Amino acid sequence: MMMQKNSSAWLWVLPLYYLRKLYPPPPPPPSNLHRNLMSKQFQFKLVLLGESAVGKSSLVLRFVKDQFDDYRESTIGAAFLTQTVTLDDGAAVKFEIWDTAGQERYKSLAPMYYRNANCAVVVYDITQSSSLEKARTWIRELQRQADRSIVIALCGNKADLEERRQVTQEEAKKYAEEEGLMWSETSAKSGDGVQEIFTEIAKKLPLTALPSARSGAARPAGGARAGVDLNRQAGANPGGDACNC
Amino acid sequence: MDEEYDVIVLGTGLTECILSGLLSVEGKKVLHMDRNDYYGGDSASLNLTQLYRHFRPNQEPPAELGRDRDYNVDLVPKFIIASGELTKILVHTDVTRYLEFKQIAGSFVYRDGKISKVPSTEMEAVKSPLMGLFEKRRAKKFFEFLQGWKDEDPSTHQGINLDKDSMKTVYEKFGLEAGTQDFIGHAMALYLDDDYITKVARPSYERIVMYTSSMARYGKSPYIYPLYGLGELPQSFARLSAIYGGTYMLDKKVDEIVLGPDGKFVGVKSGGETVKAKQVIGDPSYFGAGKTDGEGGKVRVIEEGKVVRAICILKHPIPGTEDSDSVQIIIPQNQVGRRNDIYIAMVSSTHNVCAKDVYIAIVSTIVETDKPELEIAPGLNLLGQISEKFVTVSPLYTPTSSGVDDSIFVTRSYDATSHFETVVDDVHDVWRRVVGKDLELKKREVEVEA
Repeated sequence: MMMQKNSSAWLWVLPLYYLRKLYPPPPPPPSNLHRNLMSKQFQFKLVLLGESAVGKSSLVLRFVKDQFDDYRESTIGAAFLTQTVTLDDGAAVKFEIWDTAGQERYKSLAPMYYRNANCAVVVYDITQSSSLEKARTWIRELQRQADRSIVIALCGNKADLEERRQVTQEEAKKYAEEEGLMWSETSAKSGDGVQEIFTEIAKKLPLTALPSARSGAARPAGGARAGVDLNRQAGANPGGDACNC
Repeated sequence: MDEEYDVIVLGTGLTECILSGLLSVEGKKVLHMDRNDYYGGDSASLNLTQLYRHFRPNQEPPAELGRDRDYNVDLVPKFIIASGELTKILVHTDVTRYLEFKQIAGSFVYRDGKISKVPSTEMEAVKSPLMGLFEKRRAKKFFEFLQGWKDEDPSTHQGINLDKDSMKTVYEKFGLEAGTQDFIGHAMALYLDDDYITKVARPSYERIVMYTSSMARYGKSPYIYPLYGLGELPQSFARLSAIYGGTYMLDKKVDEIVLGPDGKFVGVKSGGETVKAKQVIGDPSYFGAGKTDGEGGKVRVIEEGKVVRAICILKHPIPGTEDSDSVQIIIPQNQVGRRNDIYIAMVSSTHNVCAKDVYIAIVSTIVETDKPELEIAPGLNLLGQISEKFVTVSPLYTPTSSGVDDSIFVTRSYDATSHFETVVDDVHDVWRRVVGKDLELKKREVEVEA
């Protein structure tokens, strides 16, 4: 049947038709999803919060590299740290740790920071009672902005400076209990309590949840995300699985 | 605030945030300020409270729209071209680790009063009853020609010189009908008007190649979109900047751009204090945009035209789009007797930009008359019932000088194109003016893994 001469509505069909021929999709890359689920490795986003100079970065540095630097400048270049905690049952919990990068200083943390955070460590300095006040503000902010299931640990750092203590253990513990938070004291300098607080958080995280990048649940390690992966080479993500819409 | 900076950046739109991030990575000491208490400036995504505060300060958001925090409504409708320049910057700076992307589900084109899908499978294409035989052959030859083109091999040129011949000549060589040209020029090369036809063919060739390789990359459409809205893009580059030492101050009013006796930039006055820096970069709104006497008595930006945008909240997908969760619809200018195309960009809860069963469509075009809202009527009419509509007419500003003389570097407004390629052009342009050399994208150091 002849098409009407002025009916050009079919034309946009063409580019796609030839595209498929010109750029045949390559085979899908091997998925590491299965392997990660088998070895029970889970990845969680952990955010740090607290006033400037309470030792957020030092705490992470101790946890991740077991180092301490007395004269650490404000956070620069601590891009993206990860550390894995292995629990007694063999499950490996990988923390993807987000430092504030100084954006907390003038109340300029982006909503992105809180998004999909599975757990938060809110740090205060036991030698500065004002820093506990600040921690309370951050906890309110977390309750407002973050996922409801977020695990929050309140952490009194600089416990090695006992002689200058301004925040009593009782006061902080009582507040944590009222708000349903985990609580402990740490010293990034000596290392006391640092490993423990992260291990306790790992135990509290719901490892049964199946991976879903958007629900705030754990996702399998290895970058197996639900969306499109820009780092993958062109064409490596054939049709179907790229998008679950 | 008594420190001195290399660069002060004003406004946290995407252009400014990319520049701020790249400058910090380069080792510059950057102070980044915004008068708003949120990131993104004109390229922000707003929650319901912010949206209503922005457009209707005296009205509360209706409760039926759902939770405030479920919303991230873009102010500017743009999608990311999968193989485009923004994607390159995202990958090179590694900010992709802060972001998650989804495809835009489909592209549609308006033709003869209705919209039709760009088929995404060979099956769909083959089965289409609309396939004509002769034009199909001609178009096939045209696409094969583009695909086979090699600069260094004249045998692939078929007598065409991409750098001398116009696109008109190319179309004519393959005998393509006006309708085909419309499709190629507007839906693939993404030109907003027909001016490209009489110009040299190379840019059109490059745009079509970019479109086809983007389309081939993920399959459904050439576009990707960040979950939680476009506002995630400036946020992620701001984080990059902060990680490399950039200082961030939101909710910070800028009172004055302070100049020295020689007219050169000295600092920025805010809340009674003056912060000094060698250079300043900022969006037009910090440099007198919209004021007849400019900023501080100097006209630093001029208006180049206007864009009308209507943000529409729908309770249903756009009719005729097969219930797609996200679409781009192009209404080519010829179809509605205009000079410029009308675009519709729609996203929904799949992209975490609104509550479930809500759809957000933005209809936009370049203003041609003194009744801008009437101009987008052909687009609005395709949407079905509209629950809420926020219309803005935004002037497009461009800087009056390069900034080389006074160390004041102004970025451009977000234009009417449906993608970010011109934003990246502006980044390159400003970088060249600020740094004095071309922007080279270096790979960042890899993550620290213990």
